[in-house]
Amino acid sequence: MAWRGNEKVNAINPSILTLILLLPLAGAGLVMLLPDRGKLPAWITLFISLITFGLTLHLPAYFALGQHGFQFEINKPWIDSPAIFYHVGVDGLSLWLVVLVGLLAPVGVLASWNAIKERRKIYYALFLVQQTAMFGVFISLDLMLYYGFWELSLVPMAILIAMYGRKDGPKAAIKFFLFTFIPSAPLLVAILWLYARTGSFNFSDLQVLIASGSLPATPLAWVALAFLLAFAVKVPVFPLHGWLADTFSEAPVALAMVVAGKLGLYSMLRFHVGLFPDQARAIAPLLIALAVIGILYGACLALVQRDFWRLLAFAALSHLSLITLGIYGLTFTGWNGAIYQILNHETIDASLFVLLGVLEIRYATSQIASYGGLANKIPRTATLFVITSLAMIGLPMLSSFVGEFLILSSTFTGVSRGLAIAATLGVILSAAYMLWLVQRIFYGPQGALAASRPPDDLRIGESAVLWPLAVLMLVMGLAPSLWMRTIENRVSAIHIHQEGQR
Amino acid sequence: MNPTLGHLLQQEIPLTWYLLLSAVLFCLGVLGFLIKRNLITVFMSIELMLNAVNLSFVTFAHQWHEVKGQIFVFFVMMVAAAEAAVGLAIIIAVFRARATLAVDRIDLMKL
Amino acid sequence: MTGSLHLWLIPLLPFAGFLINGLLGRRLPKALVTAVALLASLGSFGVVLINVFSMLGSIHMPASLPVVETFGTWINTGALHIDFSFVLDQLSIIMLLVVTGVGFLIHIYSVGYMAHEEGYWRFFAYMNLFMFFMTVLVLAGNALLMFVGWEGVGLASYLLIGFYFQRTSAADAGKKAFIVNRIGDFGFLIGLFLLLANFGTLTFSEISAKLAANPAWTGGVLTAIALCLLLGAAGKSAQLPLYVWLPDAMEGPTPVSALIHAATMVTAGVYMIARTHTLFDRSPFALGVVAIVGAATALFAATIGLVQNDIKRVLAYSTISQLGYMFLGCGVAAYSAAIFHLMTHAFFKALLFLAAGSVIHAMGGEQDLRKMGGLRNKIPITFWTMTAAVLAIAGFFPFAGFFSKDAILYEAFQHGGSGKVLWFVGVVTALLTSFYMFRLWYLAFTGESRSHDVRPHESPWSMLGPLSLLALLSVVGGWIGIDRFGSFLAPVLGEVGNSATAPGGKQLDIMLSIIAVAVALIGWFIADRLYRQKPDSPARIAAALPTGYSVLVHKYYVDEIYAMTIVRPLLFMSKYFLEWVVDVGLLGGAAWMLAGSATLSGAILQRWQSGNLRSYAAWLAVGAAALLVFVFVPWSTVLANFGIHLGMAGQ
Repeated sequence: MAWRGNEKVNAINPSILTLILLLPLAGAGLVMLLPDRGKLPAWITLFISLITFGLTLHLPAYFALGQHGFQFEINKPWIDSPAIFYHVGVDGLSLWLVVLVGLLAPVGVLASWNAIKERRKIYYALFLVQQTAMFGVFISLDLMLYYGFWELSLVPMAILIAMYGRKDGPKAAIKFFLFTFIPSAPLLVAILWLYARTGSFNFSDLQVLIASGSLPATPLAWVALAFLLAFAVKVPVFPLHGWLADTFSEAPVALAMVVAGKLGLYSMLRFHVGLFPDQARAIAPLLIALAVIGILYGACLALVQRDFWRLLAFAALSHLSLITLGIYGLTFTGWNGAIYQILNHETIDASLFVLLGVLEIRYATSQIASYGGLANKIPRTATLFVITSLAMIGLPMLSSFVGEFLILSSTFTGVSRGLAIAATLGVILSAAYMLWLVQRIFYGPQGALAASRPPDDLRIGESAVLWPLAVLMLVMGLAPSLWMRTIENRVSAIHIHQEGQR
Repeated sequence: MNPTLGHLLQQEIPLTWYLLLSAVLFCLGVLGFLIKRNLITVFMSIELMLNAVNLSFVTFAHQWHEVKGQIFVFFVMMVAAAEAAVGLAIIIAVFRARATLAVDRIDLMKL
Repeated sequence: MTGSLHLWLIPLLPFAGFLINGLLGRRLPKALVTAVALLASLGSFGVVLINVFSMLGSIHMPASLPVVETFGTWINTGALHIDFSFVLDQLSIIMLLVVTGVGFLIHIYSVGYMAHEEGYWRFFAYMNLFMFFMTVLVLAGNALLMFVGWEGVGLASYLLIGFYFQRTSAADAGKKAFIVNRIGDFGFLIGLFLLLANFGTLTFSEISAKLAANPAWTGGVLTAIALCLLLGAAGKSAQLPLYVWLPDAMEGPTPVSALIHAATMVTAGVYMIARTHTLFDRSPFALGVVAIVGAATALFAATIGLVQNDIKRVLAYSTISQLGYMFLGCGVAAYSAAIFHLMTHAFFKALLFLAAGSVIHAMGGEQDLRKMGGLRNKIPITFWTMTAAVLAIAGFFPFAGFFSKDAILYEAFQHGGSGKVLWFVGVVTALLTSFYMFRLWYLAFTGESRSHDVRPHESPWSMLGPLSLLALLSVVGGWIGIDRFGSFLAPVLGEVGNSATAPGGKQLDIMLSIIAVAVALIGWFIADRLYRQKPDSPARIAAALPTGYSVLVHKYYVDEIYAMTIVRPLLFMSKYFLEWVVDVGLLGGAAWMLAGSATLSGAILQRWQSGNLRSYAAWLAVGAAALLVFVFVPWSTVLANFGIHLGMAGQ
């Protein structure tokens, strides 16, 4: 692996995270400086995102297994008062999420390739800013820094939804903004309260301080709740999902595929369960209940949607709730499964978004009823859609199965049998709505819509995104240990921390 | 010369009178600003207020034998001059765009 | 035995075939597609045969089995450790021989049958995919790997049923098969969780070892596990109440019906129960349920089979019914007999479907029995092979079905008092089976042709070859006898009651056999009366019993009942309650309130920002005045006059 001695590697290790973080931002600057001519911004963004993805691959390649704590860590004072540090680092929990963000960036660019036809410059610049923000969320270990990136991840998103969304884009953007911004205000207050009490924004220090029990319990419970609320909206957890369907159906494809899920779920694990283990344990029953409701509720609503974006939104609610269940089951296996399932879910969702985006660009509608009989006209699209759908419904050997099995089995053995059975029912329903969707779009006799256009199968750029993702789904289903080893590295650390609390 | 008048002239005019004048001028400026419709008149009302303030500056400078107040007057005059230049330019631009200078009708907060 | 058996070759050869044909098949010439598909399944069969023969040659064969080969770790996290491990023992040998052998024959048959289809390459890719998953299912050394094959064959079945996906009915049937199977898989999954929770492992040998170490452990959670697994088995093997997908699955091409929905995949449930029989053995209750489900399904499906007019649907219901026999066998702990019937059934049912395919081929795609007739002389080879199969399934001596059905009925009869009832149900089913099979036979082959616009022609040799081989197997397949078959499987499935050694067993066995054959003869006789001698009588009987006939024709309205009680209420609740009331009404309403309050406060504050210069100035002036008042009014004095003392409360 170390191709030319260790010196070069050692030289790059300390700065790799900064490089990953700043490269998209620099790319955004470059896009803004150069003229908005043709596809130039798209090419630059593609180039930048590919390099960034390459850089993120450095992390798993040189990640030291069996070493607890954070790696590739940088901790430099940034602002004296208040004491904010530029403190970044990754562990097994965030490692693959950083790679995931890196992977989905070129996917997003290629998904936007034909979809975004005007004002490309601003679009791609904001897209890159969004990348930096997401990287920042996953690697920040200073709470203030983290909060900054957290907010930053919302702003370009809202603007992009408003400017480049479908016809009701601005409305959806406002909804998204209201839902996600309001809870992040208490989050800021909570972070500031912690700082006022401890004089530190440092994640590890705060973890130790909170564990020592020196902070008053009642305010701490409120602080933990404020953290949780902000994350739960972003996931989203069951009653807080109001923004999801509108955002999915209005946002540009490349943004919709990253808007839900990983940021909130990661933050739950790191900053709620990881920072406030006792409070998390106290509130876990509520979240488990909400997660199970969310699984079934999302699945039931997905069954009756007429618009495929909305169907995807409720399917996502169902699957994300399953991950939430894995997190708040507070078991070792459940966490492993949850983290792995975040990776699986995001890749599958990205692939589905690209595919449905392909359909929408070709046929200019997202109404499922308009489709039908496309399998013969665009067989490659159909094939990939079926593979991705099968991965989504947890067919063994494809990616989701392992994560779902770990989450469900750990819930069954460690939390509650009844709830695990209910959650498993949701997995059954997922087959119903996904296969029904496949059938209504691709099978049956050719509808008027299918006949109205000449066959226009996947283009080279689309294939270049989708096939690797499909192969990835297979590999992730067959060889989960490739990922699991590093994931376990961190999860065992949380676990030890939690065990110490008991 | 009327001795009374000469006496009066020789006498220092009390501070209060200057300040009263200044206050009256300022209030006239405020009133003009609030009541007048024409943008130019409103603009002149602003000048009036500035000068009212200038008057009180000078008065106090004279009273306390302090030069700072007079320096401030120069600042204010400079600002007023700059403001007049920019303001009049804006007024002309507004007039060109809307063919009116009635403040009530220029309420879109954009040209 | 030394050296590896290379068990991985058995599934991976078909998988390679799937990859080649699936990815490149569209561009490959037809001959190459055929070659790849056939070689893949032949290779798989060959590896199995080589292993079997090398073991037959070895003296220590019983000692050398089972062979476990592990090819790396799949999941390893916390306490959970799942390997890719394959087990070759007597049970999996039998299953592998059936799956790969019959599978290969059906592949050959398909070359002729599918020759003119558009998605030729796609068909063979899916068939190889099925072979891959089925062999994984059979070889799996742990329950999770078995589940991989289990779901995988469901996928292959979904793809193949929906092969003619442009027909809405085919796409619907594929979807229905997958979802109903998923309901069964739900039970399987819960069973896996229960196994994990109670045994901490999913490896079959470890589970058996733990059970063996605790001989007193019965009932309770073991019953729960067994019932969950039974739900899975019932889904896959089309037993009550989850059999509804199998008749619809006949929408697929006929070779698919033969391979997946008759010979191999649908028997996976029986195989799974046999594989986990140590669990079932500890729960008499669960075994009882298995037996009752099996007997009820056998009878129930047979009654529906009486009145079906689609040749493939008759066979589909007969498959369900025969699977019921196998479950009945499992339920009376006669696993060897069930597996024996599984094997013979694979021969004659595959033959029945392939012969039916040949008939359909001859009739130019016509599947309705009422439009056939008089085919006997036009397609003689198909006729004779079909006859062998009909005699086998009806249970005539010395055809294969006689021996295996007899073994199950004998075991059932021996199984205590309730066993007599089960035996009786089995005999009645045998009567019905004989009747509807001969009905099919008469309708298709005898009398006058009832459709005049088709010119029946015999099928090509690629189809007749497999037919002849399977016909041979349908005749001789049972001659090995349950005693030898059972003792071969005994190391895995435990000893079975041997009729030769039981007191009075031989006489009883012979007596029961005579009853069974007599019953089959009665069935034939009735069919002969109704469909050959008095062809108008069935219509009269139907007219005389309108309610009964219509219930049977509508398959007891089970599909309709499911739609009314489960599907529609679920969709209705989702649409009107969950979406409209909860999502749009309650949650959307809450969001509206939130947004509304923001808008309202905005609307109020907006009045201030009128854009009117003078109003700004006025507010400024008022503000300045207020500030002045605030600063210069001696508040403490003023308030003191009113008797209020700031900062000196109470004084």
